[in-house]
Amino acid sequence: MGSAAPLSASVLLLLLLLLLLRAEQPRGAELTFELPDNAKQCFHEEVEQGVKFSLDYQVITGGHYDVDCYVEDPQGNTIYRETKKQYDSFTYRAEVKGVYQFCFSNEFSTFSHKTVYFDFQVGDEPPILPDMGNRVTALTQMESACVTIHEALKTVIDSQTHYRLREAQDRARAEDLNSRVSYWSIGETIALFVVSFSQVLLLKSFFTEKRPISRAVHS
Amino acid sequence: MAGVRAGLLRAMGRQVLLLLAVCATGARGLYFHIGETEKRCFIEEIPDETMVIGNYRTQMWDKQKEVFLPSTPGLGMHVEVKDPDGKVVLSRQYGSEGRFTFTSHTPGDHQICLHSNSTRMALFAGGKLRVHLDIQVGEHANNYPEIAAKDKLTELQLRARQLLDQVEQIQKEQDYQRYREERFRLTSESTNQRVLWWSIAQTVILILTGIWQMRHLKSFFEAKKLV
Repeated sequence: MGSAAPLSASVLLLLLLLLLLRAEQPRGAELTFELPDNAKQCFHEEVEQGVKFSLDYQVITGGHYDVDCYVEDPQGNTIYRETKKQYDSFTYRAEVKGVYQFCFSNEFSTFSHKTVYFDFQVGDEPPILPDMGNRVTALTQMESACVTIHEALKTVIDSQTHYRLREAQDRARAEDLNSRVSYWSIGETIALFVVSFSQVLLLKSFFTEKRPISRAVHS
Repeated sequence: MAGVRAGLLRAMGRQVLLLLAVCATGARGLYFHIGETEKRCFIEEIPDETMVIGNYRTQMWDKQKEVFLPSTPGLGMHVEVKDPDGKVVLSRQYGSEGRFTFTSHTPGDHQICLHSNSTRMALFAGGKLRVHLDIQVGEHANNYPEIAAKDKLTELQLRARQLLDQVEQIQKEQDYQRYREERFRLTSESTNQRVLWWSIAQTVILILTGIWQMRHLKSFFEAKKLV
């Protein structure tokens, strides 16, 4: 009986730790998806109260590279709404616990489907070992140097991502231009032939029929 | 005495299992809704030799109770992954909850497509499916507690390992950037060449057509005795 009491206490502690881990589960989702024309796509995520989340989105290809975006809280209030934006970043501290939804809409476009990238981050980044989060002593110099380097490298990776997206946009436009030059040139050559042929034919038709007009001109 | 202790331990064991079950069925991040035969595709632009791990979980809409069922046995999702050349890298059917992994061998846009392959069409008719999805790429796909346990690393060594993984990811991304920039440059040079040659060709065609027109009309008018 005596050894069961500390055992139950340690089990309770483990349960409490598990509950705490569940309570604030820092998560991130980074996805690129295709949005067809006249379509809307929504994503949902459960956010705890008081937790800060951020949404970062960018249109990569399609049309005028713009999309409508809105974010709604669990009660249905629109906390962010933008129309025809190419890229934007939105941060919000959740006041209500519940499911937040954010939607991208391409309903204003009739024939261009778009590729949209978004990065939705909830809370802070989790530590790589579960017990790193609850330290009692301060970090050593080595550990704080590691933390600084980690944060700096995260910034580098983030800017690399943004550079890659911009480069993808430019490259898509360049490839589009490349194929367009071919099509337009072929089309213009055909149009040139058609116009010159029809000019000659039309001119010939003015003079082939014996019309009173031509006699009136001569007299 | 021993019987009471055993009973207490069993009760605690049940509690732990119950709590673990509660933890496990909780929401796993981002989710979206798809229709019955709808296909949802996601694009991941990644350098080569990068590992991608995807986790998903599906919940089916119950029309009578108007809630999403916690788990749906018998409902499958088909996952298809295509590499930048359009070749299928992974094409497998998973259950209602699954995990897929692939490693890229060519850099570029990989397309991950999901669509449901439900075996119970009658129940599912007109319903919608909630899919929880989580895709981790490259360094984020590493499971650090597992690495620490396998290689027996201290906390500091694990932090250093994470930094090394991050730097490796940055290096791969920069190599990929060099490859993309080369492609971009080739495309721009091709456009430049095309504009040059097509302009010359069109000017030549224009001049030749003009000459042909004048000659043809001159011979026509001479025949008509107007000139």
